[in-house]
Order: sequence, then C-alpha cells, then structure tokens
Amino acid sequence: MSVAFALIGSFGLFLLLPTLVIAWGSFTTKAGDLTLANFTSINQPYLVKAFVQSVSISAVSALVGAFAGALLAYAVVTGNPRGILRRVITSASGVLAQFGGVTLAFSFIATLGFTGIVTIFLKQHGIDIFPGGTVWLYEVSGVTLVYCYFQIPLMVLVFLPALDGVRPQWREATESLGGSTWHYWRYVAGPLLAPSFLGCMLLLFANAFSAYATAAALISQGSPIVPLAISNLLTSEVGRAKPGLAQALALAMIVIVLAVMVLYAALQRRTSRWLR
Amino acid sequence: MSKARRLKLRIFRTAVFLVIGAFFLVPLFAMFEFSTRGNSLTSPRTLDAWAQIVKVPELAKAITASLELAAITSIAMLVLILPTMVWVRLRLPTLNRVIEFICLLPLVVPAIALVVGMVPLYRWISINISDSILTLSFAYLILVMPYTYRTLDAGLAAIDLKTLTEAARSLGAGWGTVMVRVVVPNMSSAILNACILSVALVLGEFTFASLLAFENVQVAILYVSFVSAGTSIAVALASLLFTFALLLVLSFVGRPRERVAAAEEAIFTAPAQVGEWGMRA
Repeated sequence: MSVAFALIGSFGLFLLLPTLVIAWGSFTTKAGDLTLANFTSINQPYLVKAFVQSVSISAVSALVGAFAGALLAYAVVTGNPRGILRRVITSASGVLAQFGGVTLAFSFIATLGFTGIVTIFLKQHGIDIFPGGTVWLYEVSGVTLVYCYFQIPLMVLVFLPALDGVRPQWREATESLGGSTWHYWRYVAGPLLAPSFLGCMLLLFANAFSAYATAAALISQGSPIVPLAISNLLTSEVGRAKPGLAQALALAMIVIVLAVMVLYAALQRRTSRWLR
Repeated sequence: MSKARRLKLRIFRTAVFLVIGAFFLVPLFAMFEFSTRGNSLTSPRTLDAWAQIVKVPELAKAITASLELAAITSIAMLVLILPTMVWVRLRLPTLNRVIEFICLLPLVVPAIALVVGMVPLYRWISINISDSILTLSFAYLILVMPYTYRTLDAGLAAIDLKTLTEAARSLGAGWGTVMVRVVVPNMSSAILNACILSVALVLGEFTFASLLAFENVQVAILYVSFVSAGTSIAVALASLLFTFALLLVLSFVGRPRERVAAAEEAIFTAPAQVGEWGMRA
C-alpha cells in the first residue's frame, strides 16, 4: 500500500508538478503577478511562423504516413494472418515506430546529406538533388520526409486492428448483391474504416507535433518549429530571463496535443461500434 | 475471389512491399556504408570510425551513464508499478480505470513541453539532492510508465491473480512472499518485456537529457557528430542495432501462447493505448 503511495507521489512530483509549473508560469510574470503577456508575446513573427510550420510538418507527415501506412497495412492484412510476413512487418513496425531522434536523423544524413549515399549515387547519374547548393534535408521539407519514417510504421500498427475487424462476409454480401470493388470500398468498407483512418491520422499528427529530437539533430540554427523554439528559449540568455514565454509555448503545445488526442479517442470509440 | 482480382492484389502487394521496403531499408544500409568509408571516394572500406568509438572518453562515460539509467529506471518501475497494480486489482478494482488513465497521461503531454516545467524542479534537485545524471531516472520513470503499464497489465490479466494470492495467503505467506515467490515467477515474460521496453526507451531518450543539461548516450552522439561524422554515425548505428536486438527479443521471449499474445498485443503502440482507453471508456 505504501508502494502505491510512493508511485502516486513520484507521479505527482514529476508529472503534475511540472505541468502546474508550466500552467502557473505561463500566466504570471517573473514577479508573480497574473498576466496574459506571455501569450500575447507569442504573436512575434518568428513564433507565429514556428506554429504554422509545426502544424504543416505534422499535417503533411500525418497525411503521407496515413496513406502509405494504410496501404502497407492493407497489403499485410490481405496475406496469411498467421504467416511470417505479417509477424515480421508487425515487429519491424513496432521497432521502427520507436526509432526516432538523433539516430534517425543521422541515418538520413548518411542517405540524403551532402555526402550521402543516395546523393552521390544520383550525382553520378547526373541528377543533382540540391540545386542551388542549399541542402533541403536540414530544413522543413527534409524534416517532413524524415518524420514519415516513423509515421508510416505507427500508422501500420494502429490501423491494422481496424482492418482486421473488416469481415470477409461484407465483401461477399456486396458481391452477391451485384456490387463491384468500387461499390464495396465506396459504400461499405470506406465508411466503416473512415473514423479509424481519421483517428489514426490525428494520432500521427500529435506524434509529429510533439517530436523534438529528430528536428534538433537536423536543424542546428533557428526556431522553425515550436519544439525548437522552446529549446532555444530554454538554452538562451534571453529565454532564461523570460521563462514565461517558454512556459506559454509549452502550455499551448499541451493544449493542442490534448485536443487532438481527445478527438482521436472519440473516433476510436466510434470505430469500435462496427470493427471490434 | 476471381483470378483477375487475385492477380491485381498480388501486383499491388509486391509493389507496396518493394517501394516501402526500400524507403525503410536504404537509410539503415546508408549508415553502414557511411561509417565504413575510407578517406576518399576511392579508398577501401575501413572500420576506423568504429574503432574510434572506444577512444572517445566522453562517449564511454555517456554509454555507462545511459546503461545505469536504464537499469535504475527498470528496477524502480517494477518495484513501484507492479505492487500497485496487484493491490488495485485485488482490493480496489474500481480504481482500475483511474490508474490506467494516470498511467496514460504521460503520453498526452509532449516531452518537450513537460521538460519546460521540469527545469526549475531539476535545478532544485541538483542543488539539494544531487547533480548526477542518475537523477534523470525519476523523469524516465514517468516516461516509461504508459508502455510498461500496458505490458504488465496484459501479464496480470493472463494469470488468475485472485486464486493464486488467496492460496498463498491461506498457506501463511506474507505480501512480500506473495509478490516475490508467487506473482513474479508467473509473469516472468511480461516483466522481462516491460524491462526490455524501459531499457529501449531510456537508451533512445534525448529530449529530457539534452534540455536538463545531462550527457546521455544520445546527447553524446550529437556532440561527437560535430567532431567526426563517421564515428557519430557508427555509434548511432551501434545503439540502434542494440535497441533493435532488444526489441526483437521481445517478440520471441516467453512461452508460445504468451508470445503470440504479446505480439498481437501491439505493445509498441503506446499512443494507440489512448484510443483503446477511449474505446472502452
């Protein structure tokens, strides 16, 4: 019983307390008076741009991850359910979905960086993927591509159960009523899978929005996305003088991710109506 | 299924596996290639970059620190979570949903946001308790909670906890004996899985360490990259392979029935657990 209290105590201290610190700090000045100044000072151009770019990276990688992942999941689910291919892809997805951060960034630098293996290969065949000299891998577009690397496996993992719930009887029923593949997808499987697909896409969005380590390893200067803006504020003199700003940004992030996750849970509940 | 449709499906599947497979395997292969390059494009392959790994002192220190953190976090996780879960299951089953919710909370708060609130806390800790990197294990405990909770929960659900504990208690066992000699041996693979997951997570963690100014293995890899790209990629690949091996062991450990259950349990989809919680809510 005392163990349980120790657990709850450590939780309170290391999860709730920091959250309270953020919540309290973002609404107060350094002196302790209540204020909304921290939130209004988010209105600077570079921070607004950071939010816009964060949202766009998350949205694009979520879309690409959702569609590619759904295709891969469908390719897996149409095979032998007990076969080795399915188990290999599920395990590989489990491993790759956690593969992020510094090691992932480095693997892409080794592939598409200035001296990367694919860059050199393409250059030897006359294709220069960095026209103009700027290496786009270290900018927003590069980060988006790298994010897809863990978004696709995550999509496979979370969407596979929904695809498993689609029963072959529905396909047979459609065919016996004279429907074609198009009819099946448009009127039967599509509407049934849509809530889960949307929900999983939201999950991917939240995942990309919260990601920090990968971008930190790729982008060494500037604050093009919100997590990097936060980290720059935490490690700079200016930022340390105004802790409220970093806290306001952190609170904004928490609220956004929370909202997306709530929607995701609601959509999953909707899915479970038919696809248990 | 008609022959034409089966063929179309075959083509579709092959194309998908080839394209997506290439996308995932090429960067991994690129890491091998990059870390074994010689001095120029024409010089032979060399393992110099790999040999350098042991020669960089801060790397060795960081790897040791990360391994220690992984061990401490796993043990603390087991000692704190398992008894609590057993107690809740036996005595307060209504609290189950609450505990589950609490254990899923860390998933909803992005690490980069949480660390902002941890900075003052860790400043206090470094002054009043210790400034060793091992204090990070408290934060890591919170981080691994959702994943390990799910694993241990699956393990607890698979055994008949009530009967076992009642039998042990009626034979005179105290709670300590019950935990150590009855519960743990029956959940050995779930416990092993939970530990492997914690270790993998701790070894791959970057955000907390870097922003709380500690040097763990991922932070060290980033620093080394400013000095020597080849060595940093070699270390990155080594840590990756180690984590891969750990996580692959996960899907093969345990008795066959549990093994299948664990694989199908999709332990890795911690973010998806929020959805599952929503499904059952």
